[in-house]
Amino acid sequence: MGKGHISNNVRSLRFNHNEMTQQELADLVGVTRQTIVAIEKGKYSPSLELAFRIARVFDLQIETIFTYEEARD
Amino acid sequence: MSYQEKKTIVSLFSAILVFGIYCWFVYLRYSEMSLEGGELLRFWGAVMLILVPVTMVARMILEIIFIIINRLSTKELPPRFADELDKIIEWKATRIAFFVFILGFLIAMGSLVLHATLTSMFVILLASGFVSEVAGILWRLYLFRKGV
Repeated sequence: MGKGHISNNVRSLRFNHNEMTQQELADLVGVTRQTIVAIEKGKYSPSLELAFRIARVFDLQIETIFTYEEARD
Repeated sequence: MSYQEKKTIVSLFSAILVFGIYCWFVYLRYSEMSLEGGELLRFWGAVMLILVPVTMVARMILEIIFIIINRLSTKELPPRFADELDKIIEWKATRIAFFVFILGFLIAMGSLVLHATLTSMFVILLASGFVSEVAGILWRLYLFRKGV
């Protein structure tokens, strides 16, 4: 089974949410701005807890924000 | 470049600088003495013991200097806490450093088996400590840039 990839639309959600800055989102979910940058660039898949906190900020379901893409063999 | 990346690069330079200067002093002291037996062991024991506080204090001072210079030049504040990404990267870097040090430790013990001198064994041990630290820092830098 190949390694999957989790993509997200945090960047566009931030933009549509009164152009929220990365720092503002980071403060709301309790991480550093660098972690938000890494999530948006797809360099880091957040923990389940952090994913829930991000979803709560945007008042959405986790699946609406994060999508699991299974790697093709 | 993020604050964490800059801090990691500073850690790399300070590790090289502090270890280099310390080794230079140890070399000067070693070459002006002709030690044997118990005295040699005492000398290397002291070298190992003194290295820890010297490294800690020197690197702390260099880190404070970095924070001040970075704050003055970029107005950037250091992160107030380490979040989950920082902790994962730190854990992975520590694991790499640990493996490298264990390898160095085994080589140091192997040198004794191969009848190398005590000095060679301690030099290998010191070097493995340094290489493991550098490996950990480089891995941390790599993970900050590439992602986890």
